[in-house]
Amino acid sequence: MHAADVTSRPTRSLLTNPTLRSIAYQVALCSAVGFLGYEAITNAADNLARARIATGFGFWNTNAGFDISQTLIEYSSHSSTYGRAFWVGLLNTLLVASLGIVFATVLGFVIGIARLSSNWLVAKVAAGYVELIRNLPLLLQLLFWYNAVIKGLPEIRDSLVLPGGGFLNNRGLVLPKPIFEPGSGVVAIAFLAGIIAAVMFRVWAKRRQALTGRQAPLLLVTLALVFGLPIFVAYSIGMPVGFDVPQRGRFNITGGIEVLPEFAALLFGLVLYTAAFIAEVVRAGVQAVPVGQVEAAYALGLRPKIALRQIVLPQAMRVIIPPLTSQYLNLLKNSSLAVAIAYPDLVQVFAGTVLNQTGQAVEVVALTMAVYLTISLAASLAMNIYSRLITSAGDAP
Amino acid sequence: MNRIASIIGLAFVFAAQSASAQTLKTVKDRGILHCGTNGTLAGFGLPDAQGNWTGLDVDFCRAVAAAIFDDPTKVKFVALTAKDRFTALQSGEIDVLARNTTWTSSRDTSLGLNFIGVNYYDGQGFMVRNALKVNSALELNGASVCVQQGTTTELNLADYFRAHKMQLKIVTFATADEAVKAYDAGRCDAYTTDASGLYAERLRLTNANDSVILPEIISKEPLGPVVRHGDDQWFDIVKWVHFAMVDAEELNVTSKTVSDAFKSDNPEIKRLLGIEGNYGEQLGLTKDWAVRIVKHVGNYGEVFERNVGQGSPLKISRGLNALWSKGGLQYGPPIR
Repeated sequence: MHAADVTSRPTRSLLTNPTLRSIAYQVALCSAVGFLGYEAITNAADNLARARIATGFGFWNTNAGFDISQTLIEYSSHSSTYGRAFWVGLLNTLLVASLGIVFATVLGFVIGIARLSSNWLVAKVAAGYVELIRNLPLLLQLLFWYNAVIKGLPEIRDSLVLPGGGFLNNRGLVLPKPIFEPGSGVVAIAFLAGIIAAVMFRVWAKRRQALTGRQAPLLLVTLALVFGLPIFVAYSIGMPVGFDVPQRGRFNITGGIEVLPEFAALLFGLVLYTAAFIAEVVRAGVQAVPVGQVEAAYALGLRPKIALRQIVLPQAMRVIIPPLTSQYLNLLKNSSLAVAIAYPDLVQVFAGTVLNQTGQAVEVVALTMAVYLTISLAASLAMNIYSRLITSAGDAP
Repeated sequence: MNRIASIIGLAFVFAAQSASAQTLKTVKDRGILHCGTNGTLAGFGLPDAQGNWTGLDVDFCRAVAAAIFDDPTKVKFVALTAKDRFTALQSGEIDVLARNTTWTSSRDTSLGLNFIGVNYYDGQGFMVRNALKVNSALELNGASVCVQQGTTTELNLADYFRAHKMQLKIVTFATADEAVKAYDAGRCDAYTTDASGLYAERLRLTNANDSVILPEIISKEPLGPVVRHGDDQWFDIVKWVHFAMVDAEELNVTSKTVSDAFKSDNPEIKRLLGIEGNYGEQLGLTKDWAVRIVKHVGNYGEVFERNVGQGSPLKISRGLNALWSKGGLQYGPPIR
């Protein structure tokens, strides 16, 4: 056999070259999708122009003219713009979503661990909760809670008076509002200093435990530093914080801080609903940790609580984080069901009233979608970073 | 290959989709009129237990269908919330919107819509509970007010409270239904909407006699049917259906007397009924277009009394909606 016969391959047609073919397909697909998108956009623009429907974001800086029931930033119907209304709605969405995530996480972990409890009653109650809540549509639950709040609580004239000067009725919960007088800056500094000191104490206690095995009363010291210190400082400089105590008015309770029933019902519904899913995620995560790990911890003499906290949960977290992230995103997106119960979130205010008053559906809906996409991507990025952190921390010797 | 073909097909669909300038032809080809209306407002648009739609706006759509098809049942009603109504019309989901919609300049210009006229002159009012002992809207300082979203009501309310330097606690609901329920449950001190709506909604409260409608009318709410901008023929047809109903009332031509009216010597009646002239054809309809409307649906006065007037539970008097010749504002231009 000659060497030349081995090296010279038959020349293949370009048409059958797999690399080229796959590139060609991808280019074709991309241009088809691009063409489709381009057509959709130009066609929509053409149609809008032909129908003489206003386009663009010119409305952004014009006066809104409508009121909103809950505003975290200053807003009034006569001096604020549609743009301002957008921010009001967005902040309301972020408020309910962030509080919802915190409470749903706490409740979800408690229930998820309760499901694995060796106590028969606790485990069954937790399982019953999960099955009941998970299998009912969220919208229905929100409507239920909203009606429970506005029909179940007393009317304004029969308000429940809370100790300390608050009121509870079917228009919400009104609490005394702290008013910060001069000197309250010192208290704020004491609060910050308390947090920093608590963190430093934790680091020190961990290191000492690693070296000597001695434990420190972490919770007690943390509470004392974070809350005790600022309260002590406030007292010692003569209480620079006053309270705006709510009063009964002609129609409503005036003054104080108000928690709207719409907000309470939405938060309550979202937390209960999402917690059921988080509980399942936590249960799965804990069960994914090999039994041998717990047995080894017990063999070393660790008590069940410590074994759960120090051995099981850190390993379970690696399994828990990715599905937990999607539960957080679900909660954020589900918060748009606020529309059904009059809570002024982004969808209710912006994709509702603003869309209708300006009539610019395309711009408003596109912007609303972009906002949810941005928040969701940011949240999942943060969770991915956290996930990588705990994974690599676990791998370290 | 199939997938690529379907993508290309989809692209053509996108390209072909455009605001139709030939609504009449589309409606005739389809054989049925798509009418956007209120699904929950007694007197204007509400299906009963049997699914039969009733109301002033509902009858207006029936009149349009009667003029085109000689059959008032050829209407598909689409119940819309205040929030969704304009999008539904802009996108072509409906051919005409008759949903107690206030005519304003911005809606007429920047939304790509045309208001054909006013089929009900209304104004915004307030409903409060008797127990509050409020006699005037000016006493509502600090009150909670329930309102429906996406309405001129929402804006007038803010304006009114601001103009009178009163504090407002607004609670905005997506539908009138929810707003009324919340008012009924005591979530708000007052409920506000167009006065006609207040009378209709009051009937739905647990105890209608516990609430009173305040005397103040705080705004002008000319309610009228709406069509898409850009189809003048369709605009003319819908506009003249309304005028024909008003003219018929003025000429005393009712659903019962329309056959006798053919014997009339009055040239105005002759033109209305299509005995003289070809005014129906000029619209793109038939000679007897107005006869069809009056025969099947009735004139404006009949429709008014049947749905919101003395023949209805609402018992609203004609007021501004009386004919111009009787001290009201309803005025139909001559057919000639």
